[in-house]
Amino acid sequence: MNRRYLVAFKSILDKEITRFMRIWVQTLVPPAITMSLYFVIFGSLIGSRIGDMNGFSYMEFIVPGLIMMSVITNSYANVASSFFSAKFQRNVEELLVAPVPNYLIVLGYVGGGMARGMLVGLIVTLLSLFFVTIQIHNLAIIVLTVVLTSMLFSLGGLINAVYAKTFDDISIIPTFVLTPLTYLGGVFYSLTLLPGFWQQVAALNPIVYMVNAFRYGFLGYTDVSLWLALAVVVSFIVVLFSYAMYLINKGIGLRS
Amino acid sequence: MSIALDIAGLHKVYRSGTVALAGIDLQVKQGDFFALLGPNGAGKSTTIGVISSLVNKTQGKVQVFGHDIDTDLEAAKSQLGLVPQEFNFNQFETLLQIVVNQAGYYGIPKTIALQRAEKYLSQLGLWEKRNARARELSGGMKRRLMIARALMHEPRLLILDEPTAGVDIELRRSMWEFLRTINQQGVTIILTTHYLEEAEMLCRNIAIIDKGLIIENTSMKALLAKLGKETFILDLDVLPSALQLEGFQWRALEGQSIEVDVEKAQGLNPIFSQLTAQQIKVLSMRNKANRLEELFVNLVEHGRGASA
Ligand SMILES: Nc1ncnc2c1ncn2[C@@H]1O[C@H](COP(=O)(O)OP(=O)(O)O)[C@@H](O)[C@H]1O
Ligand SMILES: [Mg+2]
Repeated sequence: MNRRYLVAFKSILDKEITRFMRIWVQTLVPPAITMSLYFVIFGSLIGSRIGDMNGFSYMEFIVPGLIMMSVITNSYANVASSFFSAKFQRNVEELLVAPVPNYLIVLGYVGGGMARGMLVGLIVTLLSLFFVTIQIHNLAIIVLTVVLTSMLFSLGGLINAVYAKTFDDISIIPTFVLTPLTYLGGVFYSLTLLPGFWQQVAALNPIVYMVNAFRYGFLGYTDVSLWLALAVVVSFIVVLFSYAMYLINKGIGLRS
Repeated sequence: MSIALDIAGLHKVYRSGTVALAGIDLQVKQGDFFALLGPNGAGKSTTIGVISSLVNKTQGKVQVFGHDIDTDLEAAKSQLGLVPQEFNFNQFETLLQIVVNQAGYYGIPKTIALQRAEKYLSQLGLWEKRNARARELSGGMKRRLMIARALMHEPRLLILDEPTAGVDIELRRSMWEFLRTINQQGVTIILTTHYLEEAEMLCRNIAIIDKGLIIENTSMKALLAKLGKETFILDLDVLPSALQLEGFQWRALEGQSIEVDVEKAQGLNPIFSQLTAQQIKVLSMRNKANRLEELFVNLVEHGRGASA
């Protein structure tokens, strides 16, 4: 990457980070509150009655999943709303007229989504410390999983924003696709609890792989193969990145 | 002298089927102050959209300082500064963020960007407002913010799409003054407008666009001379080959008719007296319909309506 591109990339990233930090009450506080409630209700109140989950206390088991859930939601939401509002206010034209290659536009926005996803992940992790002692089995896996997952869902948010024509269009996918997949993605239970057929169905849910890889980083336990999990995430990233590039190159929703 | 903008055979058909540009050819020389004049819907913004790659062209060629937008887009973009017709900044960002980020997209590091931000925001009377959010600005200030933003990478070609629409007279004049200074410093400027007065005040050369076609492309001087002139068609009883009409441009038409250009100050009397002296009778006379003329009547009326 030459110097000019590097400055351009940093400018987009800077703008994106400034945006979500400026509206922190809308971007950082809500996940902190929601996740604290999850910790209180599922972890402390109900969790103590549920007992162990594959040899871990229920709270220990769900914390990695809940962190992952907030990373997913926030990466996606950040790029979806930021890119859509850039289209809506037309300030995306500032980038379109500038000598910025399209892949940098994608990387800049995705970088912003990752920054918010990971920052929220960190906040939620710190909050969880009030409820549970976190153990770390493999830090590298934790970091790798969170980086890849936030990248994947930032790309998803970008694609959503490209197609979106109204503000409602950027909440449809989160409500009807992401939330159900996350709840069914092994955040709250081990897949081993499911009957055989449903285990196979769950294996089609990509979020299962991310949650499990992430949980492995903390607990050293996973329902699915770690390498398969990483392969799934990386494949999705490759596909979504290519698709995002195709859309931006074509100028879908951007150039008339 | 090099060519700042070279457009050849430009067509644009929107997805809706609207033919916005029906084959535009246009050249603007380096250093020029050029007006693109035309009524609403003529295709001015579409032309500018294509040049600045916000609109995909259907057909044709565009070069900015010799850089083809099909093969050398980034180089073309680097030379070009755009002030669009509609506000297109993030309303929640501060002026400083907007201009510094824009410079960043062109690869200009922050330290230099900050110096230029001070320079251009000051020149446009916005430095005091640098930490205000864009939405807090008045319409005229927003317009000037877009000019400052377009200058941050110091483009050699500045294109402004109706920069003074909705700007009051006072501010319009100071904006003109500013643009004139920028032009004198060597920046080529293209400005679209539907005020003839504005083009007249600022521009050396002018193209007139109507229904997606360039119908006139000349110097401002020549255009004004042309507008001060009317053409009449006179049907005569005889048309001697030795016909004399001192002081007038005229052309023979089919049959016994001639076409005479008359400047408003000249009046028609000298034509009649000369014809009478040559014993030629004028059977009938009519005004030659002139598309340019008609267009201008519309433009001028429209302009009056808008500024009233
Ligand atoms: N995005 C668009 N989609 C479809 N038609 C458009 C679009 N933009 C402009 N047009 C049409 O193209 C023609 C030229 O418009 P425009 O270039 O904006 O004219 P001007 O700037 O001279 O007023 C008009 O008929 C306009 O309605
Ligand atoms: Mg226009």
